[in-house]
Amino acid sequence: MTLQTRDVIDFLAGIDPGSDLDGLRARRPETRLNAQKSYEALFEPEHWGSVTPAERFAVAAFVAGLHKAPEIANFYSSKLRDETHGPELVAVIGAELETGDTTGPYGHYPAGPLSREDRPGLVYEVSGESRKLLDLKLSAALEHSHLLVFRPREASAAALQKLLDAGWTTTGIVTLSQIAAFLAFQIRVVAGLRALAKNSANIGKVA
Amino acid sequence: MTETVIHPEIADRPNAFTQAEIGWTPWLQPIDEADLTERHWAGLVDASRAKSPYFMLLVRDPDILQARTKTDKDIFYNVSEGLPRAERELAATAASRTNGCIFCASVHSRFASHHSKRTDDVQRLLDEGLQADLGSRWNAVVGASAALTATPSQFGADEIGKLRDEGLDDLEIADVIHGAAFFNWANRLMLSLGEPTPAI
Repeated sequence: MTLQTRDVIDFLAGIDPGSDLDGLRARRPETRLNAQKSYEALFEPEHWGSVTPAERFAVAAFVAGLHKAPEIANFYSSKLRDETHGPELVAVIGAELETGDTTGPYGHYPAGPLSREDRPGLVYEVSGESRKLLDLKLSAALEHSHLLVFRPREASAAALQKLLDAGWTTTGIVTLSQIAAFLAFQIRVVAGLRALAKNSANIGKVA
Repeated sequence: MTETVIHPEIADRPNAFTQAEIGWTPWLQPIDEADLTERHWAGLVDASRAKSPYFMLLVRDPDILQARTKTDKDIFYNVSEGLPRAERELAATAASRTNGCIFCASVHSRFASHHSKRTDDVQRLLDEGLQADLGSRWNAVVGASAALTATPSQFGADEIGKLRDEGLDDLEIADVIHGAAFFNWANRLMLSLGEPTPAI
């Protein structure tokens, strides 16, 4: 028994109690606590509102897959698998990750001096085959999540209109945006801490 | 009325990175202050945020807003140890510059200038982009933040080595990671839910 409970970031980054990184995170207790509370607010909420657990886990698995973070994608996929039609949704997302594969960020700026930095790139749409298997709402959510992951500078009121047209409510869009945006944070904290563990300052001392 | 997109009419939309105090206007309807419940007020964390259309839109989902805000405050304002405030703001600016968030970059470049007194260097980051030469220590912070902001992340041994060469310890490197990672969250909300408006 230990009083120390690993949180989701510890789990995803492979941080063990008592390790150097555990000690590092312990020096920022508020950040650690509220990163975990953020996860809980989105994936174990008291109020699910109009966004279902399957929609939340599907978007998270897709976003993590787009970031090529397999351990995080697996974590959310395993939660999605437990939902109604979960295994089918996991398979569809796997196929869509191939369609949506690219690197970012890219996109157009508002016309002006920054136009010289415009970098065109993939405008992802759910493939016809997958669209038959996904409902309208989740299809729109995946397309919007891809926009937020790779070309957030191209976001627009029209993109939000597409979500409303597909059955998202205004409050649901706020939740969806938070899920995609929070994942962008969680994935990078995990990637950063994993890199730090691999390049520990202590390695040189041991040798 | 709520389930409608707002198309703001803005003359002279900001189209370049700036340290000026620009504004932001939402594309979706924020909550009315009169409709805020106790849970919403808790989500706002600071009652004064009821005056901000950004927070009044995000507070539609109050629990995640509350946790996000507290994460934000600790990453940037808890300077009892770790990286100086100016360089946390530099990491936020570099992430925002990479993603292309004109609004976030305006706020945090202003903070970076305020805390470092290096307004001209900060401006060169905004004008020239990630390649601007800001001196080896700032270059290392900017490079690490931009690498982490790439999708997928390009952050690794090179970036960590450069930060170490500048004397950053593991906690300070973790602060760079958290500052840049947090702005990958913030940028995506600011960019996708509304747009910047000109300085008044």
